[in-house]
Amino acid sequence: MRIKEVVDIVKGKVVCGKDWIDAEVQKGFASDLMSDVLTLDTDNILLITGLANLQAIRTAEMSDIACIIFARNKKVSKEMIELAEENQMVLIECACSVFKTAGELYRAGIKPVF
Amino acid sequence: MIMHFEYDIEGGDFSKAGNVSSLLKKTLKQLVGNHKIVKRIVVSMYEAEVNVVAHAYSGKVIIDIDTDKISIQVNDKGPGIEDIEQAMQDGYSTASEQVREMGFGAGMGLSNIKNNSDEFELNSTVGEGTELKIVAYLKNL
Repeated sequence: MRIKEVVDIVKGKVVCGKDWIDAEVQKGFASDLMSDVLTLDTDNILLITGLANLQAIRTAEMSDIACIIFARNKKVSKEMIELAEENQMVLIECACSVFKTAGELYRAGIKPVF
Repeated sequence: MIMHFEYDIEGGDFSKAGNVSSLLKKTLKQLVGNHKIVKRIVVSMYEAEVNVVAHAYSGKVIIDIDTDKISIQVNDKGPGIEDIEQAMQDGYSTASEQVREMGFGAGMGLSNIKNNSDEFELNSTVGEGTELKIVAYLKNL
């Protein structure tokens, strides 16, 4: 699925990386615990989280995650956008809960990592 | 040896946690490309960097990139680890509330570093600091 379809499904707002929303994602993972994200060895995934800080972006950088959805109406800071831009990431703000966001994307065909 | 790097890490400064890992990732991507080993190494480096920021006062990272392997040493000045066996257990953590709010401190970092490395050595002196040495082999490139 293309990231721009993901944005439509979760009724999200792209706050960084508009140039890369045609990229494909196959799998998703939802966590507020970055330690869990760092144990994944799956490529091409999107991350759904309620943790809006610089370390979420750093974790995605190290884990080769190119798209993050910030659920529960969490707001992305200027510093987060700068770091994400450097790494060509798409950041999406979304008003729904992590549960609903994950559920909608699962129903639309995004596969779980495990 | 192809390359040798040394960096300092400041304890407690979460805004800079990941800077060393980010530089290492950019260097390795140029040298090795988009190989899985790059992710394993930078994830280990990042976990180690977060550990220094979360637990120590300061740290030094020494990275040696060779044709067949990458060695990373992270030496910190800090409280040290009393019981390494216990610290290696999944779920055991002495991290502060602030570290947990950052999305870490679940007691998974050290074992994740070990899982992502081919060689892993951890030594610590209580009241002085901790030394971590990891090696990843590039044999399967």
